[in-house]
Amino acid sequence: MNGRRGLDTPSPSGSGYSTSGGGGGSGYSTSGGGGGSLPARLVAMVEALRGHDLVVGTSETVDAARVMEVLSLADRDLLREGLAAALIRRTGHRRVFDAVFDVYFPAGVGAREADREAAGEGQAADSVEALRDALVDALARGSDEALEQVAASAVDALAQVQGGDGPGMAGSGWSARQTLEQLRPQTMIVRALAARGSSEGFVERLDRDEVRRDVERFRALVQTEATRRTAEVRDRDRVAKYAVRPDAEQVEFLAANRQQVLELRRTVQPLARRLATRLSARRRRRNRGQVDIRRTLRRSMSYGGVPLKPAYQHRRKARPELVLLCDVSGSVAGFAGFTMLLVQALRDQFSKVRVFAFVNHTDEVTELVTSGEADPGALVERVMAHANVAPWHPSSDYGRSLRSFVSRYGASLGPRTSVLILGDARTNHLDPDLDALRDISALAHRTFWLNPEHESRWGLGDSVAPAYAQIVDMHECRTVDQLSGVVSRLLPV
Amino acid sequence: MSERFASVEDVTERLAERGYLASPSVATTVFLADRLDKPLLVEGPAGVGKTELARAVAQATGADLVRLQCYEGVDEARALYEWNHAKQLLRITAGRGETWDETRDDIFTDEFLLARPLLQAIRSELPSTLLIDEVDKADLEIEGLLLEVLSDYAITVPELGTLTARHAPFTVLTSNATRELSEALRRRCLFLHIDFPEPDLEERIVRSRVPGVDDALSASLVRVVNALRRIDLRKAPSVSESIDWARTLLALGADTLDEAVVGETLGVLLKHTDDISRARQHLQLDEADVRR
Repeated sequence: MNGRRGLDTPSPSGSGYSTSGGGGGSGYSTSGGGGGSLPARLVAMVEALRGHDLVVGTSETVDAARVMEVLSLADRDLLREGLAAALIRRTGHRRVFDAVFDVYFPAGVGAREADREAAGEGQAADSVEALRDALVDALARGSDEALEQVAASAVDALAQVQGGDGPGMAGSGWSARQTLEQLRPQTMIVRALAARGSSEGFVERLDRDEVRRDVERFRALVQTEATRRTAEVRDRDRVAKYAVRPDAEQVEFLAANRQQVLELRRTVQPLARRLATRLSARRRRRNRGQVDIRRTLRRSMSYGGVPLKPAYQHRRKARPELVLLCDVSGSVAGFAGFTMLLVQALRDQFSKVRVFAFVNHTDEVTELVTSGEADPGALVERVMAHANVAPWHPSSDYGRSLRSFVSRYGASLGPRTSVLILGDARTNHLDPDLDALRDISALAHRTFWLNPEHESRWGLGDSVAPAYAQIVDMHECRTVDQLSGVVSRLLPV
Repeated sequence: MSERFASVEDVTERLAERGYLASPSVATTVFLADRLDKPLLVEGPAGVGKTELARAVAQATGADLVRLQCYEGVDEARALYEWNHAKQLLRITAGRGETWDETRDDIFTDEFLLARPLLQAIRSELPSTLLIDEVDKADLEIEGLLLEVLSDYAITVPELGTLTARHAPFTVLTSNATRELSEALRRRCLFLHIDFPEPDLEERIVRSRVPGVDDALSASLVRVVNALRRIDLRKAPSVSESIDWARTLLALGADTLDEAVVGETLGVLLKHTDDISRARQHLQLDEADVRR
């Protein structure tokens, strides 16, 4: 059929097409010990991607093989872009793909060529001081290649970790952390700024930011390089499994570091949009009512009694109200902050959204969250500063908080209100006041508890999650994925 | 069928001739879409040139650009084809005295078929480029309809049979990700995420679009835009905003950036009041006001 080319037809030689056969095994020279033929390596990489929850079907794998056939393998960056086009289906998956690609199609084997030459001439930049100078120079120039070069030299010189069984054996590897701890790139910023010579005029104020971002990039480069070297001495598949950071949507709230929290915050708006469409789709489906006999008959009169256009009974329901009750104490603040932002972004899906925060006393923070659009980052800090959430002591007390919510804001609950309670239900061995929760659940239409802890840890230590879970539905919400699932499934529409 | 592009470099060059400066990832993916005969699904923030890419490819390959703009409620009649009922009625009235069989055979022919973009692209005598814009705005049902078109380049009209493309059109779908596209549709496409370009590429884009801007100004302009993209904004400035800003600066006769000029023209880059106030804070514009 009109020129759709199958796999079996030989590819016309494009420029720089270097492998000898149709998708065969020869071209890629840097196979570094294990890994096998090209198709085998591609399949192994696809397996690794699947291990990171990317849906990659057989047809995509075949596409990827055709990409390798069509593109020159000589240019690694083109190959990366090509495989990405064939294998990933979503914008957010690109980071995982890049990391896995670096493991399976490394830039080279062992130390970089330039390093080896330098070492041969006896001028290897391997002392920490020399590396720092090189880094300052690279930062000052803001050159990507220079940064990559320094990262490679640094890993080569500083990262090696000896396992028990000697070099090259299991247990040894290359540590990015060790390199960065010795190099301390963040201390280079001032020197780099000085070396750079400030730009003139208005853009001068951007210098510091740009250098700081380059430092972040340098850290990432060191990480990639260390992973690459480790993948050579260890099993590639194992490295791919552990060395790749999870997607922002799969990061656990309680374990997220600062940068991951920033990444999470960036996902709020797109996520809210996706959830809003899902909610409105559910709303539409609900609206598909039964045939309204009376109106259908009335309508049929204009067609001589033939009911051409049936009329349906649409139930116009008022949008539900939402009450969010968040534990903002240190341990779960990240989770609470994220959910507050998310609910705020979703507020046009509800007729009314009220947000309450507590540590050991409940206070309304709806205002703070709304006006917080200007700076979502400091939301929890602002809540702590401006709301009366911990009048007595700084540790959380669920019983007292729930009781104070009932007594102060019980009137805000009604038959159309859904309540979301966020928290880990760790009461510091204080009275959980189960009756307060029973009161809330009786007043509200529905009540859900979202717990950012793994279900296996509920009830351990001072957690009273199982007791609360008997009164209201409790759901595990460790990641954005789980949270969005709960929100789109449970929230009334 | 003949390939449109000889190599990745060829893509880059020929798109550049048409005024589209492609990043390596764009050029590679366009080349692959051509070679693998697959539609290209392009995602990315607004204003990075998703639609422009389709236009440039059409011009570079000398093909017609057929565009289907999707919106909520776009349906088969708008996307595929429609029978021209009015004309059919006229034909029936004109042919009084004919038998039913004659009339029936006659009114379901090409003459009474109104081709909509998808059918136009499929039936085109000449090679064409099909742009399905903002496919995420369309309803889920349309995606099902696209599946047949995109995998077989064929459309079935019950009265006429299956129409197959003479030339498989180069197909570009764009999406702003307001809704999740179905897995089935994604699977049929090559995926391309166009992000904000690297600074030096953006400088080149600005200079090629706004010829009067000199190197120093475009460099510092791009640095400011990049700095703004790194802070949390409701709508980050896009390439099209950079170009607008360059035009504005040119019109104002500013050949370097300073507090006053940036402060006055920030509205070209940012569209929300709180974005503007946050940007002023970040760029330390307000402190300058106080000093003065």
